[in-house]
Amino acid sequence: MTLRELSASQPDSFSFTDENFSLSKRIIKKYPEGYQASAVIPLLDLAQRQEGWVSKPAIEFIADLLQMPVIRVLEVATFYTMFNLQPIGKKHIQVCTNLPCLLRGCDQVVKCCKDKLGINFGETTNDKMFSLSEVECAGACVNAPVVAINDDYYEDLTYDLMSKVIDRLVQGENIKIGSMINREGSSPVGNKKTLLEDPNHMVPKQDLLKAKADYEYQKKQKSISKGNN
Amino acid sequence: MLKDQDRIFTNLYGDFGWGLNSAMQRGDWDSTKELISMGKDWIIDEIKSSGLRGRGGAGFPTGLKMSFMPKEESSRPHYLVVNADEGEPGTCKDRDMLRYDPHKLIEGCLLTSFAMSSHACYIYIRGEYYNEASNLQRAIDEAYESGFLGKDACGSGWDFDLFLHRGAGAYICGEETALIQSLEGKKGQPRLKPPFPAGVGLYGCPTTVNNVETIAVIPTILRRGAKWFNALGKPNNTGTKVFCISGHVNNPCNVEEEMGIPLKTLIEEHCGGVIGGWDNLLAIIPGGSSVPCLPKKTCDTIDMDFDSLKGANSGLGTAAVIVMNKSVDIIAAITRLSKFYKHESCGQCTPCREGTGWLYRVMDRMVKGEATPEEINTLEEVTYQIEGHTICALGDAAAWPIQGLIRHFRPVMEDRIKNYKQSHFTSAA
Amino acid sequence: MPKLIIDGIEVEVKQGLTILQAAEEVGIEIPRFCYHDRLSVAGNCRMCLVEMEKSPKPVASCAMPVGDGMVIKTKSEKAVKARNGIMEFLLINHPLDCPICDQGGECDLQDQAMAFGFDKSRFIDNKRAVKDKYMGPIVSTKMTRCIHCTRCVRFVEEVAGVTEIGATGRGEDMEITTFLQASLESELSGNVVDLCPVGALTNKPYEFTARSWELNKTETVDVHDAVGSSIRVDSRGREVMRVLPRLNEDINEEWIADKSRNSCDGLKYQRLDTPLVRKNGVLESSSWGEAFDIIKKRLIGLNPNQIAALVGDLVDCESIMVLKDFMSKIGVQNLDCRQDGSLIDTRRRSSYIFNSTINGIDDSDCLLLLGTNPRKEAPIINARIRKRFLRGDYQIGLIGDAFDLTYNYNHISKTPEGVTSIVNEKNNFYNILKNSNKAMIIVGMSVFTHPDVNNIINSLYLLCDKTNVINKDWNGYNVLHTCASRVGGIDLGFVPGKSGKSTKEILIAAEKQDLKFIYLLGADEFDAKKIDKTFTVYQGHHGDRGANVADVILPGCAYTEKNGTYVNTEGRVQLASKAVSPPGEAKEDWKIIRALSEVVGCDLKYKTIDQVRKRMAWQNNIFADINRVYDDHSFFTGSSEFISSIPFHYPIKNYYQTDVISRASKTMAECTKEFSLNNNKRVEI
Repeated sequence: MTLRELSASQPDSFSFTDENFSLSKRIIKKYPEGYQASAVIPLLDLAQRQEGWVSKPAIEFIADLLQMPVIRVLEVATFYTMFNLQPIGKKHIQVCTNLPCLLRGCDQVVKCCKDKLGINFGETTNDKMFSLSEVECAGACVNAPVVAINDDYYEDLTYDLMSKVIDRLVQGENIKIGSMINREGSSPVGNKKTLLEDPNHMVPKQDLLKAKADYEYQKKQKSISKGNN
Repeated sequence: MLKDQDRIFTNLYGDFGWGLNSAMQRGDWDSTKELISMGKDWIIDEIKSSGLRGRGGAGFPTGLKMSFMPKEESSRPHYLVVNADEGEPGTCKDRDMLRYDPHKLIEGCLLTSFAMSSHACYIYIRGEYYNEASNLQRAIDEAYESGFLGKDACGSGWDFDLFLHRGAGAYICGEETALIQSLEGKKGQPRLKPPFPAGVGLYGCPTTVNNVETIAVIPTILRRGAKWFNALGKPNNTGTKVFCISGHVNNPCNVEEEMGIPLKTLIEEHCGGVIGGWDNLLAIIPGGSSVPCLPKKTCDTIDMDFDSLKGANSGLGTAAVIVMNKSVDIIAAITRLSKFYKHESCGQCTPCREGTGWLYRVMDRMVKGEATPEEINTLEEVTYQIEGHTICALGDAAAWPIQGLIRHFRPVMEDRIKNYKQSHFTSAA
Repeated sequence: MPKLIIDGIEVEVKQGLTILQAAEEVGIEIPRFCYHDRLSVAGNCRMCLVEMEKSPKPVASCAMPVGDGMVIKTKSEKAVKARNGIMEFLLINHPLDCPICDQGGECDLQDQAMAFGFDKSRFIDNKRAVKDKYMGPIVSTKMTRCIHCTRCVRFVEEVAGVTEIGATGRGEDMEITTFLQASLESELSGNVVDLCPVGALTNKPYEFTARSWELNKTETVDVHDAVGSSIRVDSRGREVMRVLPRLNEDINEEWIADKSRNSCDGLKYQRLDTPLVRKNGVLESSSWGEAFDIIKKRLIGLNPNQIAALVGDLVDCESIMVLKDFMSKIGVQNLDCRQDGSLIDTRRRSSYIFNSTINGIDDSDCLLLLGTNPRKEAPIINARIRKRFLRGDYQIGLIGDAFDLTYNYNHISKTPEGVTSIVNEKNNFYNILKNSNKAMIIVGMSVFTHPDVNNIINSLYLLCDKTNVINKDWNGYNVLHTCASRVGGIDLGFVPGKSGKSTKEILIAAEKQDLKFIYLLGADEFDAKKIDKTFTVYQGHHGDRGANVADVILPGCAYTEKNGTYVNTEGRVQLASKAVSPPGEAKEDWKIIRALSEVVGCDLKYKTIDQVRKRMAWQNNIFADINRVYDDHSFFTGSSEFISSIPFHYPIKNYYQTDVISRASKTMAECTKEFSLNNNKRVEI
């Protein structure tokens, strides 16, 4: 969501569930001793996964856990746009509107979302089911237009396909994530000219023993010529 | 066209499994121990002679960069950091490597780290790539389980730990020092250089930051030999490269091709051509949103490599080709990029913080033509006031697309202003 | 040493300097906003861009280390053009509200805009507006003016040691704020106002009261603690408008504490501006003549032993000298300048001053704090300790309450018993002291008011002896005073004479009504109830505790209203200068006492302040040299003594209100409300 300041209404407290608490300990362990501040992004993310958004008590809780000044945690929470500082709907529809998506018609996808949900960017439906956000490049440009709903990407969308996605989400049905036109990854539709051979074989190898011998020889030559100079 | 047997990313489209067994069938983790036993110097020299240049945008020679690290580890540990914060508009190549070929990257991490005397590596992946991160994490777990990572990795005697770190939505973290800041738990604001990361990087220790693709091609280069890689492409622009072609082509796709492939061939051959035919082409951004666009005339003949594109006042960048046909309002297209840079400016240094907003506001009016012809000059001057004066390259990246626009499409902007004035005048009268 | 050429001048400078510093050495000033030589380098404003040969881009001179053979051009077309550009960027979103901005006239941005700006703006879109942030009673914010230099962020983190300011958001939406707009909890917070290069952070109490160019600027010294910070008093007419720090590398560098800066409004309130005498229990305005007559009558027929005099915390040495001479003339030995009842060893000078000096903190290699909270007692010294701590390899031990001092320390014990364990080599801190060449021990006032003071001091002396804290190159024994007049008072011998009574004994005598007459020279910090049956003369500038119980009040001058000498905790003699005239009929204090002496019939022959100063130098030759500190490496002999477990009783309960001026200050009252009374985690009551 776009508002980069703490929500006006805040819960009284925050703490990790037991499961997340032990997970947080494992996350902190990834970083060298004394550098536990590195875990601040993963832990804010964990808090967001637990509550749906990042609240003031969560920021204070994490500052305490990582022994960081709370203002530093707030800086991080407001800097990175994936942290929702306001309560948010169950399904967070994040539409990429950057140039590659724009060229492939993301405005239709946006229109579809607005039409069907009756909300604008930065808003949440009354039933708290959907929130709609405009995001910058999602990094799936050859599958544009792209929408991320919570963690999952839905690609190669049109107005109609987006409409179907929303319908199925409303129905609570599962949708296969990825391309909505059943394309395999980022391959060209119907025009695949590469990777047609079976790749399941060992890569041709240089003769390492020979390479080593050549390398040693060259090194020797170099040091001789250096010595002569 | 590059032969399939010379392609490194043989599972680019995810036709096969991304797990360890499938990866090994495709030749990954083959004789890794032997490669390590060739020694650090050999690995670095082999990469140097392969001519590999960084695949993240700047195109700095990878072997040379590795050799900037202190030779031996002192009291400060060495770190390799992999930049998987892919976010340059138009670019989605790393994503396919992360989700479909994670073991290439993991093996590359081990080999590169070993060569730089590093026992630990962090992969910084953008937060939005949740499913990609989850594949990669599982691949890392598999590699640990099989003894390819951890203590005595691959039986090589080298202890090596690999960690995955997810970002949280900031394009600027793709800049190497901002990435280090972010990894340390701070805002992603680039650091001043010097000191360079090879001297003072992550946690104040010697660090090298490399792009996913750079690291992922290293095992294959070492296995097949520098000569093989060097023979592909063009001098000083060797090897293969994954191109991302998006926008107005019939079949947008990622494809691994030889460096230096003509842009037209790339589009006609792999993407089914420009929508409406080659003559319907307006302009192409050849290397991700940051590089200046090329008009059709240049696109007719240009080759896709670092030096050729630099010669055409543009750049290969991340090799993300954004194709725009004549249906596009080029001013609106570039304005969208200006909005992006304004949104992604970290706010640390003055020219970028203030300049990106200024550029966007003027561009926004330019789309409608609500400006004066002199303002085009002002706009251009402002881009030069930003370029080269910022801490990191984001300032340059915000300036270049507009410079490209003015360079090649100034008459379009002037017409728009004229039309606006006329319609304004008419409606007022 | 690298050699480089800057604007055609060849310079040879120390390795590790930046281009900007090297340029300064040859007198070339490069404009800057974010750079500050006492803060870490941020390099974010880009105003200091210069052209460097062989570099395609201009470089930020504040961040670029010098290299041999560099050729730098600070005034080339490329450099100037780059700076013009930066200036334009800084101004596009900066409001044009200079006429109503407090920074106007002393604004870096204004000055630089004159030098590098354009005469008109090319930016025609709407300017950014930013909501103001609350930062407490001392700092006012106008955040629209902020140019994001982050000096304030770096200052509070690095110097003040409270990481409370940050920059949230990003890009052009980045905003400087405290967490949830909480007050800035630091005794040094006011310094961010000086650091702010624009009018974003301004002095809240001073806000909209004056323009800088209409102020009289007087260089003087601060008296709110015993540090003696160098300050500049800005006044208009008779009013002190604000107090600013003055650069003094030996003492306060360029910071001052909040009380020094912002208690100045207290000079306006509760002032004694006319002589008062108590008639039928009520204080009434009087004349100097009448007041003196009453005092004279009261003195007649008293045995000198029935008379006593106490000197308060803000008193200048001249007045102390004259009072001492007056009292000696009438035979009074019951004198004390330690109204807190502390028993400071006054036998040798080195036993009651801060021998290592404040600069010495930078050189020291370990530190033991005993019964002191330097953060409240001397925030400037605490900042120095933090600075030394941040440089690393510095062990700090603390005996006493575990205060938040903004740096880490080993808490040895809560009570003074820790001294015994160190002396007896039972605590590892003994070895730390023993193994260092320049160890420091800082002894707080609470030690000297402790019932076991003699035993603690004797044990400490033994410790100094055993661990070489005092050696021929270094004296690491330091007493941290909290009052500006204390060291000077002791230096002038304003302590009980041979058969004289100390403060405690004087107060007991007063309670028993053995004492008939007490003269309070600005003394307010004791339990005044104890003297309410004694005839009391109060000479001072504020109607506070002392004046409340007084029978005769003689209105004197505050530190900004007279020329005077003060000796700081280091034993450094400093001169304070008169900035404004005292209110009403108030007079300079030494003159009041001299006039009284004449009325009483034992005329002291001083005509000028110079004669008084000569007398001071004769009394103690340290007064002959201004601003100097003396090396004194006298060794102490001590002994191991039993020390009880009675905890320390600290002199400062509320940092913001410690003397008559700060108690009269509305700003300090607000700070008290904000930090000391409400929901506060740090203040100890």
